[in-house]
Amino acid sequence: MKKIHIILLVLIAASIAVLISFLKTATTYDTIETAMSKPGKFVHVIAKLDHNQPIEYDAVNNPNYLSFTAVDSLGKSVKVVYRNAKPDNLESSERLVLQGSYKENHFECKTIMMKCPSKYKDDMKAAEKNIQSAVDNKQY
Amino acid sequence: MNYIGEHLLPGQLGNFFIILSLVASLVATFAYFNSARSSIENDALQWKKLARYAFVIETISVFSVFIILFYIIYNHLFEYHYAWKHSSLSLEFKYMLACFWEGQEGSFLLWSFWHCVLGLILINTSKKWEAPVMTVISFAQFCLATMIAGLYFFGWRLGSNPFELLRNSGVLDNAPALHINFDTTQALRPDYMASITDGNDLNPLLQNYWMVIHPPVLFMGFASTIVPFAFVIAGLWKKNFGEWTKPALPWALFSGAVLGVGIMMGAAWAYESLTFGGYWAWDPVENASLVPWMVMIAGIHTLLIYKSTGHSLRATHLFFILSFSLILYSTFLTRSGILGDSSVHAFTDLGMNWQLLAFLFVFVIPSLLFFISSYKQIPAVKKEEDPSSREFWMFIGSLVFFLSAIVIISKTSLPVVNKIFGTKIAAPADPEFSYNGIQVYVSIIIGLLTAVSQYLKYKETSGKFFWKKILLPTLASFVIAALILAFGNIDYNKQGVLFQGSICLAIACSVYAVIANAAYIWLGVKGSLKLSGGSIAHVGFGMVLLGILISSSKKEILSYNTSGIAMNFGQESKEKTGENLTLVKGLQSDMGKYWVTYESDSAHPKKQLWFYNIRFKRKDGKEEFVLKPNAFVNYKGNEGLMANPASKHYWDHDVFTYITSLPNPEKQKDTTTFQTTRLNTGDSLFYSNGFVIVEGLNENDSVPKDIFGDNGKLYEASLKIYSKTGSIYTVVPKLAFAKENFLAIPDTITAEGLVLQLEKVNADKSIELGTKESSAVLQYVTLKAYKFPFINLLWLGVIITATGIIISMVRRIRLNKMA
Repeated sequence: MKKIHIILLVLIAASIAVLISFLKTATTYDTIETAMSKPGKFVHVIAKLDHNQPIEYDAVNNPNYLSFTAVDSLGKSVKVVYRNAKPDNLESSERLVLQGSYKENHFECKTIMMKCPSKYKDDMKAAEKNIQSAVDNKQY
Repeated sequence: MNYIGEHLLPGQLGNFFIILSLVASLVATFAYFNSARSSIENDALQWKKLARYAFVIETISVFSVFIILFYIIYNHLFEYHYAWKHSSLSLEFKYMLACFWEGQEGSFLLWSFWHCVLGLILINTSKKWEAPVMTVISFAQFCLATMIAGLYFFGWRLGSNPFELLRNSGVLDNAPALHINFDTTQALRPDYMASITDGNDLNPLLQNYWMVIHPPVLFMGFASTIVPFAFVIAGLWKKNFGEWTKPALPWALFSGAVLGVGIMMGAAWAYESLTFGGYWAWDPVENASLVPWMVMIAGIHTLLIYKSTGHSLRATHLFFILSFSLILYSTFLTRSGILGDSSVHAFTDLGMNWQLLAFLFVFVIPSLLFFISSYKQIPAVKKEEDPSSREFWMFIGSLVFFLSAIVIISKTSLPVVNKIFGTKIAAPADPEFSYNGIQVYVSIIIGLLTAVSQYLKYKETSGKFFWKKILLPTLASFVIAALILAFGNIDYNKQGVLFQGSICLAIACSVYAVIANAAYIWLGVKGSLKLSGGSIAHVGFGMVLLGILISSSKKEILSYNTSGIAMNFGQESKEKTGENLTLVKGLQSDMGKYWVTYESDSAHPKKQLWFYNIRFKRKDGKEEFVLKPNAFVNYKGNEGLMANPASKHYWDHDVFTYITSLPNPEKQKDTTTFQTTRLNTGDSLFYSNGFVIVEGLNENDSVPKDIFGDNGKLYEASLKIYSKTGSIYTVVPKLAFAKENFLAIPDTITAEGLVLQLEKVNADKSIELGTKESSAVLQYVTLKAYKFPFINLLWLGVIITATGIIISMVRRIRLNKMA
């Protein structure tokens, strides 16, 4: 066997080891229910903002504290605390990917990723608005 | 039905050219295929002639489609869905190109455009390789043409057509006002166009000059990876295994330079104008373009090994095949919507997933099978590489680079794994570290190999020769690296001592790479610029590594919340203060080394774009400057804030800031009421953040009679406010008695959120003072600020790397011409 082949095998083995250890550190997508059943464990939760509950954010008092209620597709809801500035399109988001872990009585969120009805998608609502207002303008 | 105000001709022309390009690319593929296959010289020539015509027609078609689509955008023909969706009347000219490639269709066109340009060059330069190479490229052109065809076959839609009319796109289907009798089941009103007055506009975050220049360069890079791939296929096909490497090398170098620059332009964009807090976040979309580049670079190195020693030809085949395949894979990843939950900036699903998959497999599977079945026939040198030879270490370097790319793309492919196996695996809690923690070792190995490999000779190197040459650069690097580590405060210990040590080692190795390669320009090639392309590229690459390592590990958050306003961090007081800082207008706040003040704001004359002037004053008084981060506020009815950062550049670091939150005037209606207190002159009154002292009362009788009436009076109470923060303010609320009516003119201290109103003056000269504390009167911005050291090293490194690669490319083209 050539030396280079030995090195090749070693490097490939190392890469596989890296990937396996990556899978070990990998987390999971959970529902709110399952996230609550394993407090302290880092999970990804896909949920929506509960518009019926207040969003608590006061930039003057503390710009690094946001709290709101998230509800997932199964209807379970949880209080979310995010110690960072409020993402500005939070209210208009249609879906949230919350990364963090459940603690005592709330979901301690490290990262929020918002899925908005973005420009890339057909922005139906905005389009409707545009068209409607255009029509309204015309009627005057 | 005829609709009023539509311009159908451009769309019809556009569709004609789309079909023409579809047919022409198919003819070109077929004709080139026959030409390459034919063993009769005259036949081959005839086919080639036909193929060339077809390819030229294909090129004309693609260019025409390009121009027509631009015409539609330029003239605001909103009856076309693409123009309506991506542009608007107010869009500036320079962003018309940006919105052209905002959509999937436009970016496919851009890709196709570059294939045409590269194809024309290949027709003129590749001589006997033209037929097989162009077969591959013409076929790719055919595939790309199907992406924008928008044809229906048995219910399957093929591609997404950029000339689709708005009324056919489904957007208007649910708008009753546009339908006859306001009934959506009926047809559209003939004059519906009169209501479509403006388009949806380009996403304001993309209204940026980087969006104008980054996609063309990146797509040129994407397009160029097909050339080495096509040469590999041509070689396998013609059973002419090594010869293709000569014409392919300059192309591979070109691809490496352009793709690399394209990727880093994206990084620069992310850094300069987006609020990701840096230039690289290991986002799947970023990784998907990085990985093909890494594999291309590995391929270039194995190709160089082959040219000098005959080794590594098989690996070169594999790398070039995979580089292009990974481009197709990344196209699938970024355009299929599969990254929806894991990336912040992928395209969304256009319902073309099966087509994107087919595009991937139609190239990857046959080419890999072709490679495997010919594997034994590809010549390989039996003799083992000597461990003292350059090729030995170059190969290991390429291998490490390649495997590192595979590891990155595997991690990025988690959503694909989930899709296939139905699993629910998500990225680790600290996704960046999961990449950085591994790649730091890669950078150590690559840095070291980059430094020493040039000093080794092909075949074998005598120890004496090697040490003699490398001694000086090694010593110099040792000293400089030691100085950086000793005085650079590389104290990144968030991830433990092991990672910190690895970073230090990686910094040392990249310093070594820079110095050893710079020295080689004199020691190795005696300062000949022509021959030093490789060394220059490696110097640049070392600088890139060094820039990445230092800027990432020394990135500092300046805006740790230290202001007097927000010291309450809730129940968990152990919680580290946050990264956001709120600045009240006019109030100086403490931010690390700086005093910062939100001074004023100004609006863009045409857009809902606001600029916030933030003054930074060094506490030691040595420097003052104003940064103007800006933000789109509630842009075109889309509620919210889209911020663009601002930064102050120094030679060795950048101060970087952006707005993270603004008060929302709609939501902060002033609901508090005045509380009234009776006070005499000299009395004081406490409010939550300090106290108010009544200094005096002034009664003014001589007021203009025409306004105040006969008994008009104006009372002015002068008040002094002592705030807890140490600030002292003087305010004068007024009370007018005009035409038998009292009218209070309150005064506000914005910074304190305090409103004072003189409500009544009693006979004994005591006053009744109304006070109100409300955050609604506050004008403030919340921002983040970072310090990025040595970021310029990274950008400079990129430019030097690209320059070095281009120098090599030019030299290789010259050598090929001479041969």
